[in-house]
Amino acid sequence: MKLVLHRRYRFSASHRLHQAAWPQQENLRVYGKCANEHGHGHNYVLDVSVTGPVDPATGMITNLADLDAYIGQHVLAEFDHVYLNQDVPAFRSLIPTAENICRVIFDRLRGYPHAQLASIGLEETGANSFEYAGESRENA
Amino acid sequence: MIYLTRKVEFSASHLYHNPDFSPEENRRVFGKCNNPHGHGHNYVLEVTVAGEPDPRTGMVLDLKELKDILQREILDRMDHRFLNYEVPELAGKIPTTETIAMTIWQLLEPSINHRGQGTLHRVRLYETPDLFVDCTGNGQ
Repeated sequence: MKLVLHRRYRFSASHRLHQAAWPQQENLRVYGKCANEHGHGHNYVLDVSVTGPVDPATGMITNLADLDAYIGQHVLAEFDHVYLNQDVPAFRSLIPTAENICRVIFDRLRGYPHAQLASIGLEETGANSFEYAGESRENA
Repeated sequence: MIYLTRKVEFSASHLYHNPDFSPEENRRVFGKCNNPHGHGHNYVLEVTVAGEPDPRTGMVLDLKELKDILQREILDRMDHRFLNYEVPELAGKIPTTETIAMTIWQLLEPSINHRGQGTLHRVRLYETPDLFVDCTGNGQ
């Protein structure tokens, strides 16, 4: 029997989708409103999924207090209420699309010591959501 | 293969306590969930059955039968109960979302699978909108 635990977190941040090597006209063609010069924001919903054996002493895959602290320290402290393009170093050279935000967050969380990271989900708006389980088949 | 999901809700109380831990350790590990008189949630249970539609009825399984199984096996046992003390299948266990989801799987699998029409594919149990567990069978 396989168990996966899913926990939902929220952060609000702004970003701009913009490829510096392109003229602004090309950026507007590709990214539309998302290329507007001063950026714009979203309320992101982050779903973190972890798996592993259930500890018989606690009945838990992982203690939620540990998971909350880890997500708080490794994601929310740096991602909430910031301008992603400038305030998160990874996005100074990487366009902060939801796809890239998923990859950056997954890489930050794969070292979680108390359970195995299975996948993450990111809702950018109620209409757009993304899932990422890593590149290898280890999480397939 | 078609996956059919039915959702039901139940309200129940529980507490987390390991008699092998000291009182201090119980409070440290389980936090507020260790409060001796328990606390409650509105649980949301999604049960997914996999199968091929019966060509005579167009159905993977009769929803009325699934509803009756969920009523008998889960709601009659768990709705408006104190899970630690009133659900024999959880006696002596710590009724985390993980443990409850596994117990629900074990309760539903025989009733659903023996009918020869659809097999239990996934049990998803929400403790709150921000926390849920998926339970699937061996090797899935």
